[in-house]
Amino acid sequence: MFETLSDRLTSVFSSLRSKGRLSDADIDATCREIRIALLEADVALPVVKDFVAHVKERARGAEVSQALNPAQQVVKIVNDELIEILGGETRRLRLAKTPPTVIMLAGLQGAGKTTLAGKLARWLRDQNHVPLLVACDLQRPNAVQQLSVMAERAGVAVYAPEPGNGVGDPVQVARQSIDHARRQQHDVVIIDTAGRLGIDQELMAQAADIRDAVSPDEVLFVVDAMIGQDAVTTAQAFMDGVGFDGVVLTKLDGDARGGAALSVRHITGRPIMFASTGEKLEDFDAFHPDRMAGRILDMGDILTLIEQA
Amino acid sequence: ARSQTTLGRGLLELLSRDRLDDDVWDEIEETLITADVGVAPTRAMVEDLKTKVKVLGSRTPSEVRALLRAELLTQIDPGLDRTLHTSAPGERPAVLLVVGVNGTGKTTTTGKLARSLIGDGKSVVLGAADTFRAAAADQLQTWGDRVGAPVVRGPEAGDPASVAFDAVARGIADKADVVIVDTAGRLHTKTGLMDELGKVKRVIEKKAQVDEVLLVLDATTGQNGMRQAQVFGEVVNITGIALTKLDGTAKGGIVISVQRELGVPVKLVGLGEGPDDLAPFDPEVFVDALLGD
Ligand SMILES: Nc1nc2c(ncn2[C@@H]2O[C@H](COP(=O)(O)OP(=O)(O)OP(=O)(O)O)[C@@H](O)[C@H]2O)c(=O)[nH]1
Ligand SMILES: Nc1nc2c(ncn2[C@@H]2O[C@H](COP(=O)(O)OP(=O)(O)OP(=O)(O)O)[C@@H](O)[C@H]2O)c(=O)[nH]1
Ligand SMILES: [Mg+2]
Ligand SMILES: [Mg+2]
Repeated sequence: MFETLSDRLTSVFSSLRSKGRLSDADIDATCREIRIALLEADVALPVVKDFVAHVKERARGAEVSQALNPAQQVVKIVNDELIEILGGETRRLRLAKTPPTVIMLAGLQGAGKTTLAGKLARWLRDQNHVPLLVACDLQRPNAVQQLSVMAERAGVAVYAPEPGNGVGDPVQVARQSIDHARRQQHDVVIIDTAGRLGIDQELMAQAADIRDAVSPDEVLFVVDAMIGQDAVTTAQAFMDGVGFDGVVLTKLDGDARGGAALSVRHITGRPIMFASTGEKLEDFDAFHPDRMAGRILDMGDILTLIEQA
Repeated sequence: ARSQTTLGRGLLELLSRDRLDDDVWDEIEETLITADVGVAPTRAMVEDLKTKVKVLGSRTPSEVRALLRAELLTQIDPGLDRTLHTSAPGERPAVLLVVGVNGTGKTTTTGKLARSLIGDGKSVVLGAADTFRAAAADQLQTWGDRVGAPVVRGPEAGDPASVAFDAVARGIADKADVVIVDTAGRLHTKTGLMDELGKVKRVIEKKAQVDEVLLVLDATTGQNGMRQAQVFGEVVNITGIALTKLDGTAKGGIVISVQRELGVPVKLVGLGEGPDDLAPFDPEVFVDALLGD
């Protein structure tokens, strides 16, 4: 639907190709197109502004490359910056010194938390861990049952002492699950929580109470790759409300550009750790910053363009 | 209960200034972009406004603001017919099909809609044509029990089209007023799943016409919402949009383009997780929320 960044830059390129050095005007022209491409990829506006300002600054101070023309240089800077921000310090899941390792999932309604719980459990089981899924969404109709089915499919145990659908206290379930895990020799506990809005203070406080009850080693913020400009507000609200250590981007099997990855990473400084790429348990992967950079800016085409130039 | 964003307040503050300067235009552009209206539509609107301002000789930000509000309303077209097709000609029940990508709120909207129809004195049958996702049919069953509507279900991993067919057959046999068929979430990029959805609709049509195909769009969705609407429109010819999760901070600005380009009106909005958190779409309320009032 959109004009791709490479389409946009082709015109900018043709007017710049002859010149030897990056002028401010060149940089501005290229950055204008990059700004639009980022916005069309759903990168949040404040993040776009910061990012473009930073790129401009770097481009001005850039060494003049013999091999690349000016526009290519700017694009290369953008690509490098994107990968750096997206990938900065990718890291593995932190395991507790004394088991069980506790992982808590949080995010908006429908983001993909319960599905992710199943995926994580299966992935960990394949690495010879003995995970326990904990049903702390006692709100959404049949969330407990959904998690139990995921556990069964993943071949792991589930702790679901309350029926849910409005019955039971999620904080208490979370607290008890740790004892249960110790008794049953589970070395990882994965806590599924109800979806909540950033502005829902009551539910956000509940998430903080769950966190305090289990002192998680990892709180993971689960976010839909199709999210638009609201990514900033929501990520900030979850950061302030419960805090999180890592991010999981879901529904990457679609065709959304996934600008949220850049937004959330930039706003919170937390690394994106995993990518969820389908509804099945095996549709799950470590996050690849370079692929994501290419996806957001249609960089595949850009890099071809650079080679052709 | 929409909270006012800082951006909205920023805009109000700016617009209460007494002169038009570049900041005013920037702020307008930012308000629209951060509401997910999209870059190209935003630019077009701002250019249009600039011309109008010249022609009309508007001087103050508040005049511009009024023009912007009017422009947004025009785009959303308050004159569009937004009635939900919940009564069918003749004896048979009206048939509604609920579709959309994963996790947007289809099942919840189905439940809320049933509640509201039953509140209006209609009898409703629900069809659980999501035979794929874990506990999806049970989730709809809970809604059915909650609002007092029977739910027709099939075997897990069974054929969704035959469940949909059975639900409509049951609606006809029971002389129900409305049958609402909930379907599994599917990304529009998955051709196999989209074909399956097309089949669900065709199989229902062996029994009765489908009166309404509701696309459920999540208000937090960005520019991808346009693609979703296009592809679902091609496959099952959507007749209305339900915009969910408007109780959050997202504005749902993508529906402006969707409505304009596809001519499909937004008919309903979701404002929470409870049975009564469904409302008809009100263009004025939507625009005011988008502008941060
Ligand atoms: N295509 C695709 N669908 C996904 C992915 N992850 C989750 N889903 C689907 O998205 C929908 C919502 O997923 P859930 O796991 O129920 O989301 P949740 O965050 O637990 O939702 P709540 O508990 O209601 O807040 C379901 O239909 C899932 O099958 C993904 O990576 N790709
Ligand atoms: N805050 C809020 N949450 C909503 C709204 N509508 C639905 N939800 C929540 O969003 C989540 C997903 O809703 P579902 O109805 O299961 O979505 P779905 O489209 O049926 O999901 P799949 O069938 O898995 O594709 C649930 O936690 C709902 O409670 C709404 O208008 N506002
Ligand atoms: Mg869940
Ligand atoms: Mg559903």
